[in-house]
Amino acid sequence: MADIERAARELREMDELARQGSPVHALHPLAKLAVTVAYILFTLSFGRYSIGALFPMILYPAFMFSLSGISPLDCARKLRVMLVMVCAVGLFDPLLNRQIMLSLGSLNVSYGTVSMITLMLKGVFCLSASFILAATTPIDSICGALRMIRVPDLIVRLLLLTFRYVSVMVDEVAVMTTAYKLRAPGQKGIHISAWGSFLGQLLLRSMDRAQDLYDAMLLRGFRGEFPYADMKKAGAGDAVFVLVCLLCFIFLRTVNVGDMVGGLIV
Amino acid sequence: MIRFENVSFSYEKGRPVLSDISFEIKEGEAVGLIGANGAGKSTLMKIMLGLLPAEGSVTVDGLQMSKENLREIRRKLGLVMQDSDDQMFMPTVFEDVIFGPVNYGLTREEAEKRADEVLGSLGITHLKHAYNHKLSGGEKRMAAIAAVLAMDPVYLLMDEPTSALDPANRRLIINTVRALPGAKIIASHDLDMIWDCADRVILLSGGRIAADGPADTVLRDKALLEANRMELPLGLQRR
Repeated sequence: MADIERAARELREMDELARQGSPVHALHPLAKLAVTVAYILFTLSFGRYSIGALFPMILYPAFMFSLSGISPLDCARKLRVMLVMVCAVGLFDPLLNRQIMLSLGSLNVSYGTVSMITLMLKGVFCLSASFILAATTPIDSICGALRMIRVPDLIVRLLLLTFRYVSVMVDEVAVMTTAYKLRAPGQKGIHISAWGSFLGQLLLRSMDRAQDLYDAMLLRGFRGEFPYADMKKAGAGDAVFVLVCLLCFIFLRTVNVGDMVGGLIV
Repeated sequence: MIRFENVSFSYEKGRPVLSDISFEIKEGEAVGLIGANGAGKSTLMKIMLGLLPAEGSVTVDGLQMSKENLREIRRKLGLVMQDSDDQMFMPTVFEDVIFGPVNYGLTREEAEKRADEVLGSLGITHLKHAYNHKLSGGEKRMAAIAAVLAMDPVYLLMDEPTSALDPANRRLIINTVRALPGAKIIASHDLDMIWDCADRVILLSGGRIAADGPADTVLRDKALLEANRMELPLGLQRR
């Protein structure tokens, strides 16, 4: 019960985070969207053993966390499940590729281990960048930006309504779970024998509430076109932000900063 | 004028929820819609709004209920839902309040001006940028009323506007509703609220109109109310 309520609360907290005031929040949604997509593409383009070259890509999320006032720990807490999944992706690499890549004293590091760490870093970096976008830009502004770059309205609307309606379903799950637990003391979770009716009821209740919400939208003139957030024109500051970020990404992608720093130290 | 002529509706064949309903509601009238659970109050409102298709004729200001007229009809009618959580689907009060006006063609600036006026008139300007999920029950209800009033409806429909509110918030809503100009159609079990806010009462029972008359007459008729699973308003019982 507490987990579900926490999930609902965290969903709403994202909306609140996105409406704070910081230099990052003030940037045009399209600029943030473009930089985030570019960052993800650049990050994913690193080779599977380029851990040294990849590592400086941490600068972007670090800089954005600091500038937006959003705590990286908050990000880690909210993305904990996804982070675990992302980190699990390369878990078998050390077993599949045991060839030694380098030795640090008596410690042998295999190609598999390096590729696992690289995959984990890529995942964490990309998730962090996406989180920063979501935590500094309201969902309707992101949708507005997507429409500006001609993403089909159907897809954008689907994204927006999924975000809005998922909290409706989470609320229903919370209510039903509470009702169940109050009449099933001492049980951990919901007994498998009740899952069928529980899910059926959840579906029906969610559909009912979704219908009520849809009626409320219809009654206020909704005709399939969602009035996404008002998009102000991008300013010079937004253009500078995009340009500087892209130049940095290109620099970090073409120059192995990790090796350079390592060379200076050694 | 809202006109129902021989309107019938059933969710299942052979089990009518509303049978042969006819009445008129004029502009500026405050009408209370009362009846026991399952009497058909909410269904009647949904039919009025074109959310349910019914047999018979429904017209709003001369516009016959049809797919073509639906948008214009809904512009004239504003519904405050029983559960404000169903109505407030945007993250903040402000965004919810401008949702309707923007959909009906106002620019964002015009809609914002309208929102400011409405929030000011209801005395809830301080809630403008509040998050809907953080509002109290009373605040939510006031915000829901604001979201509907921002559309400048000719007829305001309210479904159980005082349900699940504490006495202070209930009184706040009653005073707000009383002060609102224009036609009001209020479906409620709260007969004291109806007594306070309505000039005329339509009593539904078993899908039919059991009584339609001045609030002062219908709400004082103990026998009529009790025959239809209702009772005198508490304010009248004490007298």
